[in-house]
Amino acid sequence: MHPSGVRTKKSAGGLVADEPLWLRVLLIGAAYAVIGLLILVPVAYVFVQAFAEGWQGYVKNLWHDPDTRHSIFLTLTVAPLAVLLNTVFGLAAAWTITRFKFPGRTLLVTLLDVPFAISPVVVGLMFVLLFGMQGYLGPSLRQMGIKVIFAWPGLLLATTFVTLPFVARELIPLMESLGSEEEVAAVSLGASPWQLFWRITLPNIKWGLVYGIIQCHARAIGEFGAVYVVSGRIAGETDTMPLRVEKLFQEYNNPGSFAVASLLTLMALVTLAGKYMLERYIAQQMAATRENTES
Amino acid sequence: MAKSPRALPGFEISLGYTLTVLTLLLVLPLVACLFKAATLTPTEFLGAVWTKRAIATYMLSFGASAVAALINVLIGLLLAWVLVRYDFYGRRFLDALIDLPFALPTAVAGLVYSALLVKNGWYGQFLVPLGIQGAYSRLGIVIVLVFVGLPFVVRTVQPVLESLEGEAEEAAAMLGASRWQTMWRVLFPALQPSLMTGFALSFARGLGEYGSVIFISGNMPFKTEIAPFLIVARLEQFAYAEATAIAIVLMGMSLASLALVNWLERRSRRYAS
Repeated sequence: MHPSGVRTKKSAGGLVADEPLWLRVLLIGAAYAVIGLLILVPVAYVFVQAFAEGWQGYVKNLWHDPDTRHSIFLTLTVAPLAVLLNTVFGLAAAWTITRFKFPGRTLLVTLLDVPFAISPVVVGLMFVLLFGMQGYLGPSLRQMGIKVIFAWPGLLLATTFVTLPFVARELIPLMESLGSEEEVAAVSLGASPWQLFWRITLPNIKWGLVYGIIQCHARAIGEFGAVYVVSGRIAGETDTMPLRVEKLFQEYNNPGSFAVASLLTLMALVTLAGKYMLERYIAQQMAATRENTES
Repeated sequence: MAKSPRALPGFEISLGYTLTVLTLLLVLPLVACLFKAATLTPTEFLGAVWTKRAIATYMLSFGASAVAALINVLIGLLLAWVLVRYDFYGRRFLDALIDLPFALPTAVAGLVYSALLVKNGWYGQFLVPLGIQGAYSRLGIVIVLVFVGLPFVVRTVQPVLESLEGEAEEAAAMLGASRWQTMWRVLFPALQPSLMTGFALSFARGLGEYGSVIFISGNMPFKTEIAPFLIVARLEQFAYAEATAIAIVLMGMSLASLALVNWLERRSRRYAS
């Protein structure tokens, strides 16, 4: 489809004077240099450092350190839970915002963006103010036996807050552009709300939803600032993987730190691959439907 | 027409759920934050947010984020241009890699860059002899913020550049405009709103960034201490009200910058149309 070689993409008309070849080569070379130095080399370096002591050292650092092992389990529990909460929230928010008109709708859309404008550290601070031992609700919750700060519920709250907009922001423009005719038709033909969601809405938005979930999950795994503040950083209890990276780094345990970092990098690369394949799949689907409607 | 009943089901329950979550998770913590700050008298508030150490952190956070966002505008424009306009070997690979800073935990970015930039690191062995200290310096902060904010500008400029399709440029060229004139008079005005949005997103992200910076900056007061780090430092001394006061200043800064850019963007759209 794309002939390789240095060529402008719209040279057919020939009206625009294309950039001279040397300039094109220079610009493309600069793009390669930027991506290489800023992204490729650092990623490679993570794995080089992680395997500096060989495969056995790597496994030892990752699996034979009980605190590191616990951090992996903790991250793989908290992140999916936060994603689940935000998926339900994103569906509800997108349904409300795109399918109904009501006063305060714009305000609601604006509120959805607030988590992007607040430093994660401040997010953590807000939850400490609410649920900490000197907080507004902390002492009474503590009497009921519920510990939020320096415990996993705090981690979950902080992670959910930071990743709150991801699914909703992916779904809102998508559902806006799809319109509601199909759904209105289904309801007038007697579909129950349950049938409406599973048979009409979900199949239409599923890839957008998956895309939002992928992004939300990547961010949930990597969240640092907010979690740093609410966790108390208790090794083997409230340390998530990114916090473990920091702690091992502070303890001058570079191989250990890079081992955990390599696992996180691997997850990021899987995320990227997933997104890439999803985008290609959607493009193919769209091309296929366009062909069907044209013929 | 009379008010028709809502055609689709689930309005009450989805609105109710959305509002409940937003209230519990977003509004309640924000209110707690304001309540805590309100326990300080105005003099105490000023005493917390206007110390020499605090001012140094604001200047650094603001300055480093602005410089990083500016660099991101230049790099982002280059990358978007190359990816949209040229067809070359590895284009899709580069395009996919751009999103890595969004997917990679920022702690990993901080760890890697600090290891790369120290004296015997891969980059440091060339840079340090030239007198360029990347690790434990303000330069290091800018570098990680460039990394963290890189995708914003590319991803806001890319769709706009794609939609331009070269038609306006062709018209300009036919009417006898030179390449530079086309660039400055036709392309740049069309791209300007998206460049500003990208700048604002990158800047706001930089202001709040914590995970990557603490690895590389060394966190020395008056030198390489960023505002979020001071908040954490105050928290660890159990000075909750002071921490909250600084947090409110930081939030004000990022909200103000986002609002400013929103306004600028709307203004330039009006001029463009």
